[in-house]
Amino acid sequence: MNFLELIWMIPLFPAAGAVAMLLFGKKMPNWLVSIICPGMVFTSFLVSVGAVYQLSSLPERQFEKILYSWVPGASFQMANGQLSNLGADWGFLLDPLSSIMILVVTGVGFLIHVYATGYMSHEGGFYRFFGYLNLFMFSMLTLVLANNYLLLFVGWEGVGVCSYLLIGFYFHKKSASDAGKKAFIANRVGDAGVVLGMFTMLATFGSIRYTNVIAQAGSGNFHIGDAAITAITLLLFIGVTGKSAQVPLYVWLPDAMEGPTPVSALIHAATMVTAGVYLMVRSNILYVLSPDTMAVVAGVGAFTAIFAATIGIAQYDIKRVLAYSTVSQLGYMVLACGVGAFGAGVFHLMTHAFFKALLFLGAGSVIHAMSGEQDMRKMGGLAKKIPYTHATFLVAALAIIGTPLFSGFFSKDEILWRAFISPVGSGILLYGVALITAGLTAFYIWRLMFMTFYGESRVDHHAAHHLHESPPVMTIPLMVLAVLSLAGGWIGWPTVLGGSNHLEHWLEPVLGPGAKILEEHAAHGEHAHSTEYMLMALSVIVAFSGLSLAYYFFIKNRAAGDSIAQKFSGVQKLLENKYYVDEVYNAVFVRGMVMNGGEALSKFDARVIDGGVNGVAWFTRLTSTASMWWDKWIVDGAVRLTALVVNLTSYPARILQTGRVQLYAFSILTGLLIFFSYYLFK
Amino acid sequence: MVPLSYYLVLSAILFSLGVAGFIFKRNLVTLFMSVELMLNAVNLSFVALSYYFRQLDGQIFVFFVMVVAAAEAAVGLAIIISVFRNRQTLNVDEISRLKL
Repeated sequence: MNFLELIWMIPLFPAAGAVAMLLFGKKMPNWLVSIICPGMVFTSFLVSVGAVYQLSSLPERQFEKILYSWVPGASFQMANGQLSNLGADWGFLLDPLSSIMILVVTGVGFLIHVYATGYMSHEGGFYRFFGYLNLFMFSMLTLVLANNYLLLFVGWEGVGVCSYLLIGFYFHKKSASDAGKKAFIANRVGDAGVVLGMFTMLATFGSIRYTNVIAQAGSGNFHIGDAAITAITLLLFIGVTGKSAQVPLYVWLPDAMEGPTPVSALIHAATMVTAGVYLMVRSNILYVLSPDTMAVVAGVGAFTAIFAATIGIAQYDIKRVLAYSTVSQLGYMVLACGVGAFGAGVFHLMTHAFFKALLFLGAGSVIHAMSGEQDMRKMGGLAKKIPYTHATFLVAALAIIGTPLFSGFFSKDEILWRAFISPVGSGILLYGVALITAGLTAFYIWRLMFMTFYGESRVDHHAAHHLHESPPVMTIPLMVLAVLSLAGGWIGWPTVLGGSNHLEHWLEPVLGPGAKILEEHAAHGEHAHSTEYMLMALSVIVAFSGLSLAYYFFIKNRAAGDSIAQKFSGVQKLLENKYYVDEVYNAVFVRGMVMNGGEALSKFDARVIDGGVNGVAWFTRLTSTASMWWDKWIVDGAVRLTALVVNLTSYPARILQTGRVQLYAFSILTGLLIFFSYYLFK
Repeated sequence: MVPLSYYLVLSAILFSLGVAGFIFKRNLVTLFMSVELMLNAVNLSFVALSYYFRQLDGQIFVFFVMVVAAAEAAVGLAIIISVFRNRQTLNVDEISRLKL
């Protein structure tokens, strides 16, 4: 079977599932929904595996399948005066990058679907939930498989809609529906950037198809630092900050935790939020052509990483800690793109998908066990009560902090190393920030571990009574993800440690041209392997110091932790309230812009728009009055004149018509008499 | 043998009575009867002349006239009843319009 020809069906299966849920879901029993929806995703996964396997044997490792011409060639003029055709197809491109994405999306997606059949079993709207999830899978797969930016944007918007629907899944809860709106609106800001970026791209390259854009950008017609390319990449990056939750648009992601936990795992940790990183890696050749954008990207990524990590250490809601952790880890990926290490970004994207999905699903399992409690201050000592959850969570926690041999170690250290030797910006500074973030990550994740699983139990009596391990349908996906979190990093085993970094070679066709440009223009000296070993050791030491610090404060000497928190109560409060960013946004944008701006707009509306409309109405009335006068006096006048003439001339005839029969008879008689008398007396 | 002129004079008198009735009476039924009187006056002269000239044409005409008169009576009386129902009057001066 030729799976490559079938790649267009990969997004289609979940779409079929979503349609089935829309049409018949309400009448289906839960067990049937639990078979159809995860089954559809699993089918996609199988096709993906087959297609990727066959792709690996193609020499050029690229396969394009165009279903039909979606936006047929409308001709337009480019910025340089040439004519070009806007041709966007409903076409799919399978290359090393999209193959990694579809495997992660369908693979992790399938595990989370299975988990969700257990997690959501007591919830209402079971079919609705799975319908949305399948719709999300369809959109996400369209996003990563598209062969042009326009189709990517379709998926991009689709995942945004599904994110909105799923965050607001408990729509009767005000906070959930507000969070959904917040996510949607914050993403709207970013989407505007993507759209403008696409237009600029059309004006510059005359095409939005990946292969054309990449060929054009690499053709040598565009030199490094080209203004148009800087504009394109910056505009696309605005979209990235929205979708991948970077400063300043990250605010929606922590609130997105209002959705059911499997959603947080699938959409807001493993897949959708990586779409921004995917977009940047997909456009890597454009980014390397614009060092200014690269510096901005690296700066924003590093800042987001440390900013979110500091917030993460002061949160008490288990899911919020993970949410800020996600923002922070996405910062790492963006940083990787910013320093030109696109491969490392994808690598971290993949490993993060495994261990963060695991962390979220583990947190979901904890919440499930705690009958819905999310506050870590009311947990503690759960390790023995929920052993499987604890064991898998432990693997994820070790992976995220970068314990050697775990997946996070390889991907994170590659990013740190590439930041250190960064060709753009100040490498040492970026490295320093990333390293501190690694320490903070270790601290907050192990703070979470210690507060949740170890130490004395603070579980209240009622919840303790119901405490139970989750059913196998939930723990088995956890175990699979645990294996992936452990071993998933091995495909990117760095060469310095005696590996061959398969991932780097696999991505070569996508990243090669960009890497070549980067290498030609960035003069970076040789770095000894010893430096790399040293940096690795350093990051491991930092990670474990963070872990130990957490151990000291949350297990060994809780009093010391409390007293430090007391001493720096200002800082503590600042962090706990997330730097008051939400409040500032609320004051500036919601109140400032939306409300005051709304007033200004309403005035504008009343004066200018309504004025215009009223002016038109006034003019219409004026002309219609004139028209009415003409109609009344000239047209009607002519008609009435005719009537008057007829009326006047008919008057003599009318007076004869009295209607009196006897008068008629008398007239006839008189006439007859006159007639006869004429003959008689002639 | 009564001479022809007697019949014709009588017919003329009857016809004149009919005309006078038609012109001077106000009741619609009376008008109707006047018309009948005129018709029969003509019938009388038809019959008299037919006898005088020894030809049957006039008598056949009389039959036609009687048939027409009968039909006219049927239709006319129906119209009169309908008029009365609609206007509650048979005064011909008041019935000068077709429209109500």
